[in-house]
Amino acid sequence: MLEIRNLTKIYPNGQHALDRFSLSLPRGEITAVIGGSGCGKSTLLRLVSGLETPTQGSVVIDGQMIDKPHPLVNLIFQEPRLLPWLTVADNIGFGLADLDRQKRDEIVSHGLERIGLSGYGHRWPKELSGGQAQRVAIARALATSPEVLLLDEPFSALDAFTRADLQEHLLNIWTASRPTMIIVTHDIDEALFLARRIVVMQPSPGRILDVIDVDLAERPDRYSEAFANARKNLLQLLHHSLRRTMAVKA
Amino acid sequence: MTEVVEERLALLQSHPVKAKQSWPLARIVLSVVFPVGILLIWEVAAYGGLFNSRLLPPPSRILETLAGLAASGELALHIWATTLRVALGFVFGAVAATVIGAIVGYFATIRRLVDPTLQALRAIPSIAWVPLFILWFGIFETSKVVLIAVGVFFPVYLGVVGALLSVDRKIVEVGRIFRLSGFDLVRRILLPAVLPTFIISLRAGLGLGWMFVVAAEFMGASEGLGYLLVDGQQLGKPDQVMAAILVFAIVGKLTDSLLVAATTPFLHWQDNFRREA
Repeated sequence: MLEIRNLTKIYPNGQHALDRFSLSLPRGEITAVIGGSGCGKSTLLRLVSGLETPTQGSVVIDGQMIDKPHPLVNLIFQEPRLLPWLTVADNIGFGLADLDRQKRDEIVSHGLERIGLSGYGHRWPKELSGGQAQRVAIARALATSPEVLLLDEPFSALDAFTRADLQEHLLNIWTASRPTMIIVTHDIDEALFLARRIVVMQPSPGRILDVIDVDLAERPDRYSEAFANARKNLLQLLHHSLRRTMAVKA
Repeated sequence: MTEVVEERLALLQSHPVKAKQSWPLARIVLSVVFPVGILLIWEVAAYGGLFNSRLLPPPSRILETLAGLAASGELALHIWATTLRVALGFVFGAVAATVIGAIVGYFATIRRLVDPTLQALRAIPSIAWVPLFILWFGIFETSKVVLIAVGVFFPVYLGVVGALLSVDRKIVEVGRIFRLSGFDLVRRILLPAVLPTFIISLRAGLGLGWMFVVAAEFMGASEGLGYLLVDGQQLGKPDQVMAAILVFAIVGKLTDSLLVAATTPFLHWQDNFRREA
């Protein structure tokens, strides 16, 4: 269980990035956070991962306060951020320095297999394509078996085919170990495909506009009528809520 | 219209753009042509009496002098003396610069405390230290090694501090997500990240070491390549001066290549614009 209570972040330069964000996320579920840029989506993940400390509020995982990076939480960035001086295998095993060699190799080769890159272990990051590199980044984050996985627009820099492919990969991985996931995205289809709950944010300061439950199968068919309907409903809801807030502001 | 395009395509396929081949032998030959040409013209001009060959001896006479020095065993002695001084000065200077540079680059408070002073010291032409070093350390080896170490220190220090300050925040965040801090963060993230710049600054430092050894040996030495220079000037032997200069060029280039060869294995991960040293 991941509890986010009243999370507020005001940066030293006065930018009010996130305002009283509260949400509880049941264990093992995928939640998507959508909204335009400047909604505090990335800030939210930086706070939950412990990279930044909140101005107010708290993040609690299974009764433990998160105020610095925690072994049970991992964050996947928009860019793969692989360490160029380590091979693919060493990148995946980066968080496993405390384990002995044999155990580490075991986890790494399992990770490579899981992302479909067996045999790539000895390669250098510079030899990978963008999609492959991001898969390695996912494997690196999963190697330490986190309970909470945060993804900050992880596929936004990839082409449409690779993106759809990696979304499938991500669902496979999630099905295998069921971590609690928060995925920040600006892609409505991605949110609908992956998450059964979608948090819509509004900007300046970043706030929750709406929380929408998606009534689709765990692995929906992108081309089904149900998916198309859910997409239409979501767009309508977004439109309404946006108009509502516009009216309030005016 | 389409016919033209098809024709062009066919042409392209039959004459594929040739990938530029780096043919090692051709490259070596090409790099040697220019200096050899100059030497030949020089030699011919000297014998033709185009200039005073006593002051500008032809290459053959310089080689003769060099061979003479080598045969008497003198040359080896001088090279050894100079190389030893450079090596000692380089090691002391580079180690001090690395340690101090790492501390200054990592801790912001210490940086504010120490860096301005070091930058001010850097602005002093290092040769200006010579009289002081002679007073402090005497005219023998210590003052020479210290002078060389000072020369090596600054480029390496600047390189280390600059590299540490420009490490990508994004990479550091990866380390933080995996809960690295302090020594582990330095060892597993910062050190490898600064390695390429560090090695370049070591090369710059070594180059300066070779420069400063001449100044150090001008201070008074009874052996070394710098001594050969001074001796050649005082006794009116330009061929000996030029022979010493030639040896400086060769040994300097050799040590630089050695440094590059020793460090290349650590950098094969680099995604370079060009894979050439």
